[in-house]
Amino acid sequence: MLNYFQRLGVSSLAMLERLGRGSLFFFYILMSIPSVIIRPRLLVAQMYSVGVLSFSLIVVSGLFVGMVLALQGFYTLSDFGAEGALGVVVSASLIRELGPVVTALLFAGRAGSALTAEIGLMKATEQLSGMEMMAVDPMARIMAPRFLAGLLSMPILATLFSAIGVLGGYFIGVGLLGIDEGGFWSQMQAKIDFDQDIVNGLIKSVVFGWVVTWIAIFEGYDAIPTSEGVGRATTRTVVHSAFAILLLDFILTALMFGDV
Amino acid sequence: MHISRSIEILVGLFVAIGFVAMFFLSMEVSNLSSVSKEGGYDVTASFENIGSLKVRAPVSMAGVTIGRVKGVEFDPVTYEAVVTMSIESKYNQLPSDTSASILTAGLLGEQYIGLEPGGEEELLKNGSVLELTQSAVVLEQLIGQFLFNSDSE
Repeated sequence: MLNYFQRLGVSSLAMLERLGRGSLFFFYILMSIPSVIIRPRLLVAQMYSVGVLSFSLIVVSGLFVGMVLALQGFYTLSDFGAEGALGVVVSASLIRELGPVVTALLFAGRAGSALTAEIGLMKATEQLSGMEMMAVDPMARIMAPRFLAGLLSMPILATLFSAIGVLGGYFIGVGLLGIDEGGFWSQMQAKIDFDQDIVNGLIKSVVFGWVVTWIAIFEGYDAIPTSEGVGRATTRTVVHSAFAILLLDFILTALMFGDV
Repeated sequence: MHISRSIEILVGLFVAIGFVAMFFLSMEVSNLSSVSKEGGYDVTASFENIGSLKVRAPVSMAGVTIGRVKGVEFDPVTYEAVVTMSIESKYNQLPSDTSASILTAGLLGEQYIGLEPGGEEELLKNGSVLELTQSAVVLEQLIGQFLFNSDSE
């Protein structure tokens, strides 16, 4: 009986210890950010691998999510003769929820896992220790540019996802289902508020970008330096990111839209 | 690490497309283009009952939206609701005895304020108070009155 409590204690202590190490790690990254600002070329290279390479994935998924939303929304709205509100349904759900959340989930799968594998492999092949030997700070050289690139790329990708999704909803709604074009846009403009919807969606995407990149980089840095350890760390990045995104999304939604 | 020129161009394009998407969302999808943030004057009106009128509900005259509800407060002295409306500055020709009533868009639609122009020479300006108001129609009260009246007959 006592053994169970001991096991529980060990695992909770290990979890707390990891959380502490992760927070310290985040603090070190923050301290290293000024060195990235001095050398923006490091950031550009990471923006390419984190942001630009995720571009096509986000565009295609945004288009299809928007089109599916339009089809499904039309099915429900046509019962009430309110097809004109399709634009509101598509754009509100994309900008408030689906844009940031789906983008963050895809981003964790596409860019987060790549970050963890890259850094984990650097650690396994002792490149990080090698850098330290040469008096190059791996925090400033490797971690901080990647963190900043993820933090900056996520809002861009999420905004793009929402915009492409609205266009996809427009193609299906106006092109295929024959909804009045003027009503589609004007009802959308009447309902979607800049401060209330777009800014809040942007805040969400920044928060998700922060948490996904942080988890990805920390898992890579903290990985057991074997091929199995790197593989496990990559899986953990995707799983933990997904949990963190969905949990934070609930909290943020409750804070932002809970009282409306 | 060598960074080729094409990578830099691609990153620049990526950021630019992000800004274009943001611009599209702000201008085409949201109400940023239709709401003039600066300019506009505030008028207040007291209502006995505002129903479910909310902040940012439209203020319209002759069916055209000319402003938005800016704030709703409760006056503890008169027990009335004080509604502050912000009216766009280009509509500054409204007579001072304009009346305000709370209307509903459609049977189940949202509530908005409809203004009816009066005949005074004097014009509304910032801080003016609309004296003539008509409260929201509350469906439950209407049904209650109807039942009461049909009972007494």
